[in-house]
Amino acid sequence: MTSVALQQGRARTGFRESRALLLTALAGLVLLVSLVALGLGATGVPLSRTLSIVTDAAMGRTGALGGDGLIILQVRLPRLLLGLLIGAALASSGALMQGLFRNPLADPGLIGVSAGAALAAATTIVLGDALLVPLIGPLPFTALPIGAFAGGLLTTLALYLVATRSGRTSIATMLLAGVAFGALSGAVMGLFSYLSDDRQLRDLSFWSLGSLSGATWSKTMTVAPFILPTLLATPFLARGLNALALGEAEAFHLGVPVQRVKALAILLVAVAVGASVAAAGMIGFVGIVVPHVLRLLAGADHRMLLPASALLGAALLVAADTVARTMVAPAELPIGILTAAIGAPFFLWLLLRRPGGMAL
Amino acid sequence: MSAFLEATDLTYHSGGRALVDCIDLSFASGSFTIIIGPNGAGKSTLLRLLCGELAPARGAVRWDGEKLHMIPAWRLAHRRAVMPQASDLNFPFTVFEVASLGTQGIGRGLSRSDRQRLALEALEQADVAHLAPRNYQTLSGGERQRVHFARVLAQLAAGRTLETQQALFLDEPIASLDLKHQLALLETTRDLARKGLAVIAVLHDLQLASNLADNLILLHQGRLVTRGTPEAVLTPVTLIEVFGVTLRSNALPTSPWTLATAQEHPAA
Repeated sequence: MTSVALQQGRARTGFRESRALLLTALAGLVLLVSLVALGLGATGVPLSRTLSIVTDAAMGRTGALGGDGLIILQVRLPRLLLGLLIGAALASSGALMQGLFRNPLADPGLIGVSAGAALAAATTIVLGDALLVPLIGPLPFTALPIGAFAGGLLTTLALYLVATRSGRTSIATMLLAGVAFGALSGAVMGLFSYLSDDRQLRDLSFWSLGSLSGATWSKTMTVAPFILPTLLATPFLARGLNALALGEAEAFHLGVPVQRVKALAILLVAVAVGASVAAAGMIGFVGIVVPHVLRLLAGADHRMLLPASALLGAALLVAADTVARTMVAPAELPIGILTAAIGAPFFLWLLLRRPGGMAL
Repeated sequence: MSAFLEATDLTYHSGGRALVDCIDLSFASGSFTIIIGPNGAGKSTLLRLLCGELAPARGAVRWDGEKLHMIPAWRLAHRRAVMPQASDLNFPFTVFEVASLGTQGIGRGLSRSDRQRLALEALEQADVAHLAPRNYQTLSGGERQRVHFARVLAQLAAGRTLETQQALFLDEPIASLDLKHQLALLETTRDLARKGLAVIAVLHDLQLASNLADNLILLHQGRLVTRGTPEAVLTPVTLIEVFGVTLRSNALPTSPWTLATAQEHPAA
């Protein structure tokens, strides 16, 4: 064995430790960002006070809560948790999609879930009053998120069926069908904004820019059962996605049940992104930027990439949300504006530094 | 030795054309078989049918009597490895990580360090150990091909912990290799055949094919023309009829590159 190989062997023995180190550092970042997010806002709360409020509440001592305690426990904490869940869901879905499409520029939206959810939401906003209210009476406030979630899942299912022939899903067909559906949904959205009145128009734009401002405990607790299982299941796809990076035939040669990996990845992304969009509207670019940064930092191995993406995505979205709600306080910027304003130039930079163009 | 891999009435259609047509074949352990034929003869398609990647339209491939598509992918991966023609990667995997893909999830009772050792040994065998920490995307075509050879060797080594009878499929394995590495790769595969593997390769170089293989399979327009020892298959008659080239004498030239221009002659 050559000395280079021996060195490499030693370097590789450290893989597990370096992965643990990176994940620990990212978990620390999540914790840090969370504490800052809890303390910052229209009412500033010092770090020590924030800590004591949270630890007291965690141990069940909620007797002597002041005004700042209420703000933190009833307003900021559910919003923080919702941000963590959605950030993790979007980023790990992005990593899954990029692995599935074998393309570092793929986005969770490619499988139609965002467009479908947005279309269902727009339909509910604009036509809900006219069509549904006469039939079933006043719409409950959950109609919009439920409609969006169902719309996202149904669209993904439809695209999956279009792209699947005799038990094999063509990822390229799914991508193209997704592009076609996105254009169609854009046209219908345009029609709706043309038809809508002022209030509906504001609801529509708010939805399409995304925001965590509606966060409540009940909302967070409704979203968690959808997102948490997908986050826990995602790492099991790591080996399959690593092999899939070589190509579908090569992955099959290596013993990976390719069709099962594809179907499971699409299902996980549809559920996680569908729930995210239903709860917070469309938040772009987290899913592209986070996995890409991590690949630059720590390589392409999905065993590291998938959990690390979830952590960094959670930290990034909470940080962006904290900026969104403090920058123009007491008003709020839609978070989608921030993520797109940071994400789009970054995306262009990625395109420019890729040698030799890109392949799908 | 008896045949363990058998194809019967193997047929595959695409776009209304039979790419592989009614082919019967069998392969014994320890055999080194090379599939030859002009461009578009169905060589790669036949290889992909034999390794289970494609499902035949008619007929079947059987491994010890069991139909290939009834064997789960993970078990098949212990029994056979496939080296593809070319493989692109859009992600910055290191050479070591690519070779390690051959040992991930394959093999029984292997510790993490065992898997690492297998991957490193395979890199040594394919003469790419010095590239181990490099980003695969930055390699040349020939280096990439050697890395995939290492991955395939690692997979066979890991699979050996569960399966005794193995096969290796190679599609144009030396297309972008320099002469030294062409010979080294073919030497390694011949060693594997001597140790009992069935090696089945697609090769364009008739000279190398006739020197290496104990068996040639000659395909033409999806049909099996003939199968047998190189002397029996590579006759002036088949060369004219199938490849459309005329050789001055019956005997193939001895130098390995004399045929280099004839081999790329367009299909008849």
